[in-house]
Amino acid sequence: MITARGLVQTFRTGRGRARTDVHAVRGVDLDVAEGEVVGFLGPNGAGKTTTLRMLTTLLRPTAGTATVAGYDVATQAVQVRRSIGYVSQAGSTYSGAFAGDEVIDHGMLYGMSHADAVRRGQGLFDDLQLEGLWRRRPKSMSGGQKRRLDIVMGLVHEPSLVFLDEPTTGLDPQARANLWGHISALRDRKGATVFLTTHYLDEADALADRIVIIDRGEIVASDTADNLKAQVAGDLVVLEVAADDQVATAHERLRVLAGRAEVDGRRVSARVPRAGRAVPGLLRDLGSEGVSLDSIEVARPTLDDVFLTLTGRSLRDAEQPEQPEQPGHPEQPGDPNDQEVA
Amino acid sequence: MTTTAPRPSSRPARTPAAAEELPQRGAVGRFWRESFIVFRRQMRMNLRNPAWVIIGMLQPVLYLLLFGPLLEPVIAQLGPGINQYTWFVPGMLVQLGIFGAFFAGFSLIGEWREGVIEAERVTPASRTALLVGRLGRDLLQLFVQAVILVALGTALGMDASVGGVVVGVLLTLLLGGACAAASNALALTTKSEDVMAPVINLVMMPVLLLSGILLPMTFGAAWLDRLADFMPIRHVVDAVRGAFFGDFDLATMGWGVGWSVVLFALALWWGTAVFRKENA
Repeated sequence: MITARGLVQTFRTGRGRARTDVHAVRGVDLDVAEGEVVGFLGPNGAGKTTTLRMLTTLLRPTAGTATVAGYDVATQAVQVRRSIGYVSQAGSTYSGAFAGDEVIDHGMLYGMSHADAVRRGQGLFDDLQLEGLWRRRPKSMSGGQKRRLDIVMGLVHEPSLVFLDEPTTGLDPQARANLWGHISALRDRKGATVFLTTHYLDEADALADRIVIIDRGEIVASDTADNLKAQVAGDLVVLEVAADDQVATAHERLRVLAGRAEVDGRRVSARVPRAGRAVPGLLRDLGSEGVSLDSIEVARPTLDDVFLTLTGRSLRDAEQPEQPEQPGHPEQPGDPNDQEVA
Repeated sequence: MTTTAPRPSSRPARTPAAAEELPQRGAVGRFWRESFIVFRRQMRMNLRNPAWVIIGMLQPVLYLLLFGPLLEPVIAQLGPGINQYTWFVPGMLVQLGIFGAFFAGFSLIGEWREGVIEAERVTPASRTALLVGRLGRDLLQLFVQAVILVALGTALGMDASVGGVVVGVLLTLLLGGACAAASNALALTTKSEDVMAPVINLVMMPVLLLSGILLPMTFGAAWLDRLADFMPIRHVVDAVRGAFFGDFDLATMGWGVGWSVVLFALALWWGTAVFRKENA
């Protein structure tokens, strides 16, 4: 469904002597098979949205080629647009217009008849639990409803390939889980190929068959969530010991289990493989040696951990701005162009 | 231009075979269909929030009622028996065409911020159609305002031929279309009301001062009159005025029509280029 080779995007920024090139994407290769759900992960500014905008014909690649749904993004842009759905992170509907009208007009711009657009739009409203909101304005919808409306907009012409850009950013946990269900259904019920960007590992974990990780404009990993997490040496176990004189014992116990452990005040932590199996024994041992705990935390590897293992930097460090903003776009909240290269 | 456009697609829902026919529709038919979809959407939003439409119409009415009387002694110097409204209505028409249209782009910034432009650009619709549909809304609004202005001017004693009025309004629409296209292009380039407002003001001041919209340029110093010759809008104002007076002088009309067409073509090209930006 998607084949990209050596995709490059370079933005020019600054004027005169201050002029510099921002390498937003530096040679991305991608292959996505029909019916696959791929999660595209990376910190803000890694080049996720820029890659997506190239694949959806919104941005012409500086170099490289991409074939999407069988058409070349540079020379057959119209055919590509006809075949794909795109749900951008910036939204898609005017807040003061009726939701149904926006869906109809969008479908008609894809060449659908008015009647087809109405039928298909209302069907999607039912599928995505937006019943009764056809004559509602987006400005009086909840965040989750608005996101689902964006998805209706992206699906109204029944595309076989759907791009979703940060579909659940800014939603509360309940709305996120609800949206995940709908995104899974795209493939399971409609057989669509789904390509979604996210910076949440749990999201990619819940939805994607395969995860592609991008950092500083380059693909650094492409594998299943389980295999990626296996690269991180185990789950994080953090013990908070009740008394100072027990820290050494706890440290020794954890070190035996994990190979190495770290001490920070009364907190002792280590990466423990298969922590679910190891922790009951650990607690028994600590109890028998008279170590009492204030708390114990066990955390599965996160994207931050995977990212740290792959790049040697934590996600938070990676999100420090390294480059000035994209040229021609004054800083605006919600500017889809700025967020990825800033 | 939208008012004269063929509309084979305005009611596709009523034609049962519409869905099957659509892929076969020629490129031109598709273009007008897409333009009409965008136009209809814009009209729907405008009519739902008519405050701007009403304010836009009130402006020229107030100018005619409150500024027109001040012109009587001034226009009397042009010659005996000249009604000041025959002279003033053309100026107001052009002012409406420029000022009203230049603010059209502001609504585009709001749409862009909400992702609407991006959503439209990801459809297979023609980029020119995305602009032309919006121009259609601006031109229809301008046309209605022009009709009100002409009707009110006539009621106040304006003495112009029907043919002259038609030519004058057509020229105004052409210029208004140019300004609306430029405004949309500027909006998508700056993407910020805070940047766009001062730019528009910067352009507006010399236009207003050097076009002879409010007072005849010939009344001032010769150097000012020469300077005004370099202001394209001045020639459009002269041509519209000439048409209203029934004085179709070849040079005046040539300059006016020429500049209108050139400005319109340039602005349409710029506007399409901006909608197409970053992509073929």
